Amino acid sequence: MNFYLTTLVKLLTGVPLLLQLVSLSVSLGALLAVALALMLRSSLSPLVWIGRAYVFVFRGTPLLVQLFCIYYGLAQFGAIRNSFLWPILRDPFWCTILALTLNTAAYGAEIVRGGLQAVPHGQIEAARAAGMSGVLLFRRIIFPIALRQALPVYGNELILMVKATSLASIVTLMEVTGIAYALASETYRHVEILACAGLIYLSINFLLTRGLALIEHRLSAHMRLPKLVTVDATHY
Amino acid sequence: MPYFELMGFGPLGWGWYMMSAAGMTLAVSLSALAIGAILGSLAAAAKLSRSRVAYGIADAYTTVMRGIPDLLVIYLFYFGGSLAITVIAQRILQSNQFIGVPSFLTGALAVGVVSGAYQTEVIRAAYLAIYPGEIEAARAFGMSRLLVSRRIILPQLIRFAIPGMGNVWQAVLKESALISVTGLVELLRAAQVGSGSTRQPFDFFITAGAIYLVLTAVSTWLFHRAESRASRGVRRA
Amino acid sequence: MRDLRAVLLVAFGFLAAGILGANAKDWTTVRIATEGAFRPWNFVEGGKLGGFDVELAYELCKRMNVTCELMAQDWDGIIPALQAGKYDAIMAAMTITPKRREVIDFSRTYAVGPHGFAVQKAGPLANLPGAGKSLSLTKDADEAKKVVDGMRDMLKGKVVAAQVSTTDLAFLEKYFGDVATVRSYKTTEQHDLDLIAGRVDLIMTGVTALNATIEKPGYETLTLAGPTFTNDVFGEGTGVGLRKSDPELKAMFDKAINSSIADGTLKALHLKWFKTDNSPKE
Repeated sequence: MNFYLTTLVKLLTGVPLLLQLVSLSVSLGALLAVALALMLRSSLSPLVWIGRAYVFVFRGTPLLVQLFCIYYGLAQFGAIRNSFLWPILRDPFWCTILALTLNTAAYGAEIVRGGLQAVPHGQIEAARAAGMSGVLLFRRIIFPIALRQALPVYGNELILMVKATSLASIVTLMEVTGIAYALASETYRHVEILACAGLIYLSINFLLTRGLALIEHRLSAHMRLPKLVTVDATHY
Repeated sequence: MPYFELMGFGPLGWGWYMMSAAGMTLAVSLSALAIGAILGSLAAAAKLSRSRVAYGIADAYTTVMRGIPDLLVIYLFYFGGSLAITVIAQRILQSNQFIGVPSFLTGALAVGVVSGAYQTEVIRAAYLAIYPGEIEAARAFGMSRLLVSRRIILPQLIRFAIPGMGNVWQAVLKESALISVTGLVELLRAAQVGSGSTRQPFDFFITAGAIYLVLTAVSTWLFHRAESRASRGVRRA
Repeated sequence: MRDLRAVLLVAFGFLAAGILGANAKDWTTVRIATEGAFRPWNFVEGGKLGGFDVELAYELCKRMNVTCELMAQDWDGIIPALQAGKYDAIMAAMTITPKRREVIDFSRTYAVGPHGFAVQKAGPLANLPGAGKSLSLTKDADEAKKVVDGMRDMLKGKVVAAQVSTTDLAFLEKYFGDVATVRSYKTTEQHDLDLIAGRVDLIMTGVTALNATIEKPGYETLTLAGPTFTNDVFGEGTGVGLRKSDPELKAMFDKAINSSIADGTLKALHLKWFKTDNSPKE
């Protein structure tokens, strides 16, 4: 029992790095995803083609291949090693962030595009008829509807990103999987330690799922029946 | 060495090596998909059954396998898999002999077990999409359970499941890259070997990426064809 | 249902018979695993395994009157797979350490080799203190401590690396863990590549392996630096890894190694692969 407790404590020290990786890559990735979604919906065909090519490449190749390309592949070129980019690309943390961001942006682009598409055109017409345009139209009409549509799917993507951070262990980062791997290779108690690591990921994903369900619940209040209030007549 | 000579099929080229590794990727992915299909069907059946116990087990299976990283599952099978089977053999069969689990099977099992969790949902959703009235009507006609499954349920199940299965297959294909950590020489591992040997990692990983793209693109096209063929004669809304 | 039970019983019966019948406790075949990625001890060339460990394996099997089956296995899983029974012995430049002795057994040593550092020639660490000195951490403790302290100053804020699950990693973490960033890699090749790229500033592994690495084309920018170490965390030397449940196999290996020392074959193999005689002195 003591072994499991000490293992869990040691593994938990990797959680901050895991959270850093997820939050940074998902937020940067979301920004890129919005840009890509706009490109995909634009009327300029070169932009559409670039967007489609980007999504095709980054959804069609494994994340690990993308990570290796950035981490090992780019280091091959002397031009990169001597440039201003090197302090960033030298660090496995930023290589991983870059790979995770580029990857999640491709999936996010499709999700955002789907969300924007789900806004009924009639609503936009009505808003325009009422005199709304530009930022106001986006803020009051398009964004809320698109968000409600996209959030469940993006929540799924968030959970996938939490799992994806485990790949960082392959490029020497000491997040939860990395610590588990190193610990197991010293003590040779692989199954127990890896099981503890699995428990940690399950807990994080459980909390995430609950949190997302709560947000969805709050956002869809207008679609639920109002709570019935009963008045007890005998109390008077 | 210039790229096309490096990747070519000549004596110094790595072309054949990468191609055979791509073949290995396909082989292990197909095996994993098959294993996942078996597990997914069992778990979907469990989830659709009236038994609370069966539902609970299936639910635990899908929750765990969708909640922990695939890399962790692969490590568990890699470091512990042989151990588990040998321990079972020792207890049941009183033997100290090793039952070989080659690394191909370890990888296929690991990816298959995870894929099965996702396939459960695909199969279950497909089954629920079948109009229950048809099954009732078939039973009213006197069709046996087996006949109903064969003539009514299965064809529609397959048709409804194809889009979801397309996604599952793409996921399995990409997850097969993680099996490289077990030492199996599939595409990514081959790229690593090549890049270590020639110190040109970019060329090798770009090539591996390109081959994966070809595999996913062809898969997408094949699934579209399968979907159109399965939906022939069906009136579109 | 009864039929199913009968079928299962028969299937189990066949399986059990097949397994029990093929009992290999009388050691006619010995399966030996090596890493296959650690020149000059073991490597893969043209699809076949080669190197010091491989050649010694065949030599020892000849002396033990058994057939050898050699296979490659990634370093990080090499001990778990031995315990699971995938093979019977490990000959992969594995040093005998107390930590490893907790889980597996070893034959007597067949090599003793120092461990050292490699850095970039043009880098700031090329002039580490104690250059070229060969120090035993137990016998030359004072001098070793002085050199290590000198190194600690130079390594402040630097990145050092070694392969996962090795004595080198244990050494780096023990002596430099608080001043430098210690990174662990799955294979030695990966940390070699990162040393060339400049991602890490220093790597540590066996000196024989470092020499082989530096000789490879494209690795000319690297050089050995600082002292070499033996003993303490580096254990008593390199031996054959064996399961604790196979004492007869251990005896067979010990006898074979002893005889190869006695008639000079081991020394000849050392000179062939390492150019120096790293064979055990007793």
